[in-house]
Amino acid sequence: MSTSPLAHLAQQVTDLLTSIAALSTLEELRDAEASLTGKRSPLASLQKSLGALEPEARKAAGAELQEARRVVETALDGQRALLARAARQSSLEADRLDLGDVVVGDVRWPLSVGHPGLISLTQRELEDVFVGMGFTVADGPEVESDWYNFEALNIPPAHPARGLWDSFYVDLGEPETVVLRTHTSPTQIHLMERAVADDSLPIHSVMPGRCFRRDTPDASHLYSFHQIEGLVVDRGITFGDLAGVIETFTRAYFGPDISSRLRPGYFPFTEPSAEFEVTCTICRGSGCRTCSSTGWLELGGCGMLDPAVLKAVGVDGEEWSGFAFGFGIDRCALMRHQVSDLRALIENDVRFLGQFS
Amino acid sequence: MKISLNWLREFVELPESAEELRTVLDDLGLVVEGVEHVGQGLEDVVVARVDEIREIEGADRIRLVVVDAGHGPLEIVCGASNFAVGDHVPLAPVGAVLPGGFTISERTVRGVVSHGMLCSPRELEMNDDHQGLMVLDQLIEPRVGEGLVVALKITPDVIFDISVEGNRPDAWCVEGVARDLATRLRRTLRSPTLATTNSMTESASFAGAAIDDPDLCGRLTVSVLREVKVTASPSWVAQRLQSSGMRPISNVVDASNLVMLELGQPTHPYDAAQVAQRTLRARRARPGETLTTLDGVERQLAKSGRGLGDTGEDLVIVDGDDRVLGLAGIMGGASSEISASTTDVLLEAAYFDPMTIARSSKRHALRSEASNRFERGVDPQLALRAVARYVEILRESVPELQWLANPLDVRGTIPTPPSLELRRSDVGRLLGVEIAIDDVLAILGGLGFSVVQKKDYLEVTAPGSRLDVRAGSEGRADVIEEIARLYGYRRLPRHNPAWPELGGLDDRQRLRRHLREVVVDAGALEAWTPSLGSDADFDLLLRDQARVRVTNPLAADESVLRATQITGLVRAWAKNYERGLGDVILVEFGVVFTHPGATSDPRMTKGGVGGKLILALPRENERVTIVLARQDDDASSAVALWSVVARRLGLDDVVVRSVTEAPRGLHPTRAAALVDRTSGALLGHVGEVDAELVDAVTSGSPLRRLGLIDLDFDALADPHQATRAPAAVRVPSRFPSAVLDLAFVTPQRVNAGDLAHTLRQASDLVEEVTLFDVYHGPTLAEGTRSLAFNVRLSSVDRTLNENEVTRCRALLIELAGSLGAVLR
Repeated sequence: MSTSPLAHLAQQVTDLLTSIAALSTLEELRDAEASLTGKRSPLASLQKSLGALEPEARKAAGAELQEARRVVETALDGQRALLARAARQSSLEADRLDLGDVVVGDVRWPLSVGHPGLISLTQRELEDVFVGMGFTVADGPEVESDWYNFEALNIPPAHPARGLWDSFYVDLGEPETVVLRTHTSPTQIHLMERAVADDSLPIHSVMPGRCFRRDTPDASHLYSFHQIEGLVVDRGITFGDLAGVIETFTRAYFGPDISSRLRPGYFPFTEPSAEFEVTCTICRGSGCRTCSSTGWLELGGCGMLDPAVLKAVGVDGEEWSGFAFGFGIDRCALMRHQVSDLRALIENDVRFLGQFS
Repeated sequence: MKISLNWLREFVELPESAEELRTVLDDLGLVVEGVEHVGQGLEDVVVARVDEIREIEGADRIRLVVVDAGHGPLEIVCGASNFAVGDHVPLAPVGAVLPGGFTISERTVRGVVSHGMLCSPRELEMNDDHQGLMVLDQLIEPRVGEGLVVALKITPDVIFDISVEGNRPDAWCVEGVARDLATRLRRTLRSPTLATTNSMTESASFAGAAIDDPDLCGRLTVSVLREVKVTASPSWVAQRLQSSGMRPISNVVDASNLVMLELGQPTHPYDAAQVAQRTLRARRARPGETLTTLDGVERQLAKSGRGLGDTGEDLVIVDGDDRVLGLAGIMGGASSEISASTTDVLLEAAYFDPMTIARSSKRHALRSEASNRFERGVDPQLALRAVARYVEILRESVPELQWLANPLDVRGTIPTPPSLELRRSDVGRLLGVEIAIDDVLAILGGLGFSVVQKKDYLEVTAPGSRLDVRAGSEGRADVIEEIARLYGYRRLPRHNPAWPELGGLDDRQRLRRHLREVVVDAGALEAWTPSLGSDADFDLLLRDQARVRVTNPLAADESVLRATQITGLVRAWAKNYERGLGDVILVEFGVVFTHPGATSDPRMTKGGVGGKLILALPRENERVTIVLARQDDDASSAVALWSVVARRLGLDDVVVRSVTEAPRGLHPTRAAALVDRTSGALLGHVGEVDAELVDAVTSGSPLRRLGLIDLDFDALADPHQATRAPAAVRVPSRFPSAVLDLAFVTPQRVNAGDLAHTLRQASDLVEEVTLFDVYHGPTLAEGTRSLAFNVRLSSVDRTLNENEVTRCRALLIELAGSLGAVLR
């Protein structure tokens, strides 16, 4: 009876494992791979010799050899990972730089010309107009609860008006309770709550910021966009004041030949509510394709604060009244710079970014 | 909503042109989104018969068609192929002017003269179909040479596409729009012709009606119509429906739709033979019940939804055997549908609770013309008036129709219209101008409000069609809005308010602007990268960290709120690099989010129904991230840019301190923390982007080093964390300064910035300490390097003598020694 071809398998595996453990660089490992597990390895020659066995014995020996191969390959993979880590570590070490030791005066600094982003530029211009009109500026969070984004603004749960704002809901427990803010209006609620708590009414503020709606991106929609909201709560504020502020802003921002007009609209948080339109900035009111021949472009919404909103934040509606307005910063930017496709704003092509001064 | 001008004119005298009316409607807040002219500009188009079709040599898209329009054969070149010899088609002969002002003239195509044009529906502006010619044989029995307008019995009309706002339940019908116009234009609103019951038989003897749940169903009326014959509607009914975008089905169904469009009351006709005991009952659906709606979908009823505050309630209409016939106010089921053999009809006209309909319709994702109206609030008083109109219309095609006496009318809970006290001053106080009492009375009266004049105020009660009008101060605002709307917003005077408080930015906002200016001045382009990213991108840097996930993303790779701006900014750079435009500095100002479970500092706020829950929301951190990617930029460039920022922002006390454990995204051995020495606060990091991240984002090709600055703007803006240099500045001494160059062999663990800071404290005479050289070399002890500083000494009141300089030098060396640095 001839000896099994696998008689020395255990010893052969031990030898292979020893050789693997001795490999000290990735290059060595690459070079040795063929002789360890590849065509030139003892395992490969054993595999060939199995052909001579009876079917039964061949099956058993095959399984045994398979297991040996697995052990060797696992060891090789482990060693490879170890060496790769070491290689990265040593290359990182070679690369080490103590940044505290950088001699700033020695750093080469080629001239490059920077530009602010179109949105921040536009936002700054808008803020400046409102600051000049006596407004302060307030920021607010981008993730809001349903209370701030909807209910305090007189949009109760399941109110059909919630459908007007196609919301992204955030997965934090309760369904439909946390949203990416769909408008800057929740910042109004924060401001009024704070003013009531500090007894610091009146409020004259604008609130710029990023908002989110589930709009499929196209030339005129992005799922995130920027709005600026205005809020005035003071004694004796009327709809006439609102119309006056809108008109003053319009002329200051767009120019003296552009004016505004209000027409009835609906927002749950204002009553009376209005949409505001400005003279078409393309045709200056004579009628063109952009304004569908009406001479006017819709810019935003506004209205007198709804008594329900004042109640939600605890402002006494007998003493105080106020108005709010809001419109798109992105839209203003598009109108001013005649950008035909909003998507350019998020593509960050430096040829686009380098144009705003 | 599409509204026909002809239809409006039945309700109110309107001699104005369509354009004039459009302006009035816009100004009433009934914004016209489109105007469609029907049957206008078709006067020249005639019916022609196709007699012959010939190929044109060398052309495969067009053919020569010989037609006859009553004056002998005409040869016309035509590109359509959906017709055959013998068909009748519309012909615009030479000289005809089509809708849109297009004049037909003789044209020569491929050497063949075309004497007119054969038209598609779109060319006639009849609908959007542009697949081929309008083949008339499918529609009418055409007569050659007849004018198309006559042949198709088209009445010229104008269709306004009106956008109705959420607080105008009354405006979802022709009568409602007409009421606004009549009130604004001070004209009479006419009522349509109504039928009366014409049978002595009591309805109750034939049918039954009941409400089990009066909170969900406020009113259920059931009228019995007998001797019904189901046929096609008269053509005017079909045309009205088509003009509003609805398809004619049969006289019984069409009349129901027509009444809904005209008066705003949805009604539902049932085949009485299919309704057990001819009884309709409104009740809550029970869990486990199902209904197959007319659209063929089987629906699970009374199954609670995921919507906030959704109890899962459905209101259903059942028959005498308690079998579910339909989802009340939304859609019926197939079992009791009107069929050709229907002879007795039960007509349901009801008032359902708007919120119930809204929730059901949302949960079942099932919207219908009826649910649209019910969820906004149908006038609870309207039901039987609408039935009377229905019968009047149906009677035209079924003259023998019987409407049984005393229709069944069961009441549940109907909202009472609020009664409001409107003081004279209320209007002026809100609008800023007094409106004459006569105007107020005319407006409110015209809109159907009832007004009683009291001594100091008007007692105003809203009509049933205005369920949007609330009680109390909210209701007063609602009524004043109506007054302003009908009076005309543009007639209200504008006024510029003034207040003593100053406008302006706060410190944080000023700092943000300042920082942006500094970075941009240094050559950065401001980018805006997405707030939402993929799990894979999140995993690149923060594999094990909890993430804030969006429940309903538009795309899988936009489902996680970003926790860093580094990945997005590197991606933005890589795209430019691929275009050969990678030599840039990019900066982003934005917010990153940390899951409330992964931070000790979540944002606590109120939420849930009524704001009664306290919620932990993600921590929002504003960051300013800068990637320096110009040729040869690296961590040193980033440090250099940071030093510019620090100087311009007056952050003199911040050191660049090596870290043993760099945050993910930074090169592990080329990263440093920006630490405020006074507060100990971490203001951000500086270094290089980890090459592994660049590899992952750019799919591998070896690229360049990218310098990186990632600032925590919240910390920068907090004066307790970021220590700003005092406002008081030093006027440089007029006396000469002494300059010392001192090189110290310094242990690697001692930070150069710390050493410089220590040297600055040596004496009042020290004006400035600047690192100018760093030397590593075999001559130095292991674990040390030589730091060479340029120290400038001066005094405000004298020239320093040698002695003073020497003393100061000794002091500097001694202080350095206290940190382990030895003069070289």
